Amino acid sequence: MPRRTMIEAIRDAMDVSMGRDDKVVVFGEDVGFFGGVFRCTQGLQAKYGKSRCFDAPINESGIVGSAIGMAAYGLKPCVEIQFADYMYPAYDQLTQEAARLRYRSNGDFTCPIVVRMPTGGGIFGGQTHSQSPEALFTHVSGLKTVVPSNPHDAKGLLIAAIEDPDPVIFLEPKRLYNGPFDGHHDRPVTPWSKHELGEVADGHYTVPLGKAAIRRAGSAVTVLAYGTMVYVAQAAAEETGIDAEIIDLRTLLPLDLDTIVASVKKTGRCVIVHEATLTSGFGAELSALVQENCFYHLEAPVARVAGWDTPYPHAQEWDYFPGPARVGRALLETMGA
Amino acid sequence: MTDAGMLRFHVPEPEVRPGGTPDFSNVTIASAGSVPRPDIDVDPRSIRDMAFSIIRVLNRDGEAVGPWAGLLTDEELLEGLRHMMTLRTFDARMQMAQRQGKTSFYMQHLGEEAVSCAFRKALSPGDMNFPTYRQAGLLIADGYPMVTMMNQIYSNEADPLKGRQLPIMYSSKEHGFFSISGNLATQYIQAVGWAMASAISNDSKIAAAWIGDGSTAESDFHSALVFASTYKAPVVLNVVNNQWAISTFQGIARGGSGTFAARGLGFGIPSLRVDGNDYLAVHAVAKWAAERARGNLGPTLVEYVTYRAGAHSSSDDPSAYRPKTESDAWPLGDPIMRLKNHLIRLGVWSNERHAQAEAEILDTVIAAQKEAESHGTLHAGGKPSTRDMFEGLYAEMPPHLRRQRQQAGV
Repeated sequence: MPRRTMIEAIRDAMDVSMGRDDKVVVFGEDVGFFGGVFRCTQGLQAKYGKSRCFDAPINESGIVGSAIGMAAYGLKPCVEIQFADYMYPAYDQLTQEAARLRYRSNGDFTCPIVVRMPTGGGIFGGQTHSQSPEALFTHVSGLKTVVPSNPHDAKGLLIAAIEDPDPVIFLEPKRLYNGPFDGHHDRPVTPWSKHELGEVADGHYTVPLGKAAIRRAGSAVTVLAYGTMVYVAQAAAEETGIDAEIIDLRTLLPLDLDTIVASVKKTGRCVIVHEATLTSGFGAELSALVQENCFYHLEAPVARVAGWDTPYPHAQEWDYFPGPARVGRALLETMGA
Repeated sequence: MTDAGMLRFHVPEPEVRPGGTPDFSNVTIASAGSVPRPDIDVDPRSIRDMAFSIIRVLNRDGEAVGPWAGLLTDEELLEGLRHMMTLRTFDARMQMAQRQGKTSFYMQHLGEEAVSCAFRKALSPGDMNFPTYRQAGLLIADGYPMVTMMNQIYSNEADPLKGRQLPIMYSSKEHGFFSISGNLATQYIQAVGWAMASAISNDSKIAAAWIGDGSTAESDFHSALVFASTYKAPVVLNVVNNQWAISTFQGIARGGSGTFAARGLGFGIPSLRVDGNDYLAVHAVAKWAAERARGNLGPTLVEYVTYRAGAHSSSDDPSAYRPKTESDAWPLGDPIMRLKNHLIRLGVWSNERHAQAEAEILDTVIAAQKEAESHGTLHAGGKPSTRDMFEGLYAEMPPHLRRQRQQAGV
């Protein structure tokens, strides 16, 4: 099976979707001729023409708002916001319009759009190239929120998102675009070509939305993670020697609660890890759900390791990013409790 | 002597406040028939003046004059008059229903009936409007059942939107009427996207975007003009300038731009200004803009100059911020009276027939109201089920919502 980077897998997903359905259109800033600042749409305009893949003005509200209108017409737009940090001008369109269109019109109009946005830190991106705004989407009823962690899932989830009849926020951890990253910034990064999850089948396949994946089976503690933190958690488990069960959530909403609950009931312990800031982050929702559903099985308080409640700094990148040492400490504390 | 060194902050004010005498002497109004009618493929640069004038067809004597006249038959004009009278009667009854506690909220169109009623007749089947909350004439003029509109207003068991939406936030794909949102201006860029989709699909349908004077200040107005200009989208960009955004006079949104139509010029979009209380002028300009869009000539911006004669909504009292008699002083008059006088002048209408039509329309609206009320009103009779609250958010209900529905006991 061919190995692809996450960038190539995402590009392949759009290629496959555009090839199968001429209602799929792709646009955003620098997405057309140039092929995107991360190369995720390279070659699509040459292959499908300017009416299927094109450059947009620098106007996030315009990109999402026009996509909603296109979806109401009957197209399936897959649009790009260059960085998740720049989705805020489109927040009105995403939360009040895309999320609610089916509900408020009782199905008269629907909004099958995908909004791709590179997310997460660990790249010296500073305040506005590192944010993880997923909790601002999971709090909005009517949206689905997806965060892939590897090329195989990225392709399958993106095709599933494009085919989904509802609006999907597709957050791509840009730290994982070229290879997995476990937080050891002092070591060389291995490319996806050396990782089994870099195996991406040709042609059409989907990874269903709303289904988590167990990345490491274990019996001592359940780790709930997504995106880059999946690899950080794996490194932390290996380095502490703790037999952690690591769940890659993949879709945050709808959430695969069954997989989470079954795991925590088995291990009796739970550590939640995300890059986003702690307070009111998605980890709070996960923690509450685990407490509500697994209370009598819990042997230790549910722990959360997250970004600090500050804007994402530049020079202090590795003091901010929840690396394997911090996650490892949380694992040890949870086991010792 | 100069004030250099001391800046002064500027806040525009309307000419007159409550207690004052209404004064529209500053409103420059071109005489009917005086504005030329260019070809639809005109170079936008050559018609810049039209963004500062007002296209009018009906003169003071009720005659249709000039190059924008002569597009509608007597029958079509009589139908238009009936639509406007129906909308006004519908408004009056629903406003009263709100006062009687049968619903929570209503917004009238008083004085603006010509804009949406005449515009609708310039579109073709399959075209899509992206309206605000003050274009129900698009539905009335397209034959959308009044009973269904009332069911929505009452949030009753027959409400097509299952009680989820505030009254008057209608939706009808079948009638080319996009789902109304409470968020101002969002629909403006969505209309452009819909038009882009039609062009991408090599279709022949066009979109119509709607916005009020106040909401042109929203970012999505700018987004829409940029996208429409960039992609030459087949869209008619309508601005209904009724002079007021709740309590805020149009000068706050317009600033120094002169007119709202003038906003389009910077985007290279042909921009016209039209007498919004002149049914014939509204229709003629709408048709011109629709033909441009359908002819792949790109977007047109149209400013309808009118006056919001009623309160902003059932929750508003205009006497707190403008003179009570201001609407009587409005120089463009009343759209229904003006079309009525024109039809009388044509010899196809009379005061007697008008009074008779008023009575007939009132009977029809009351009958529709009775039927709607048989399905319930907001606080009495049939209502949508609690189950409907959970349905239809996603195509397929996700597990967490299913759990919540269970908790709610439905």
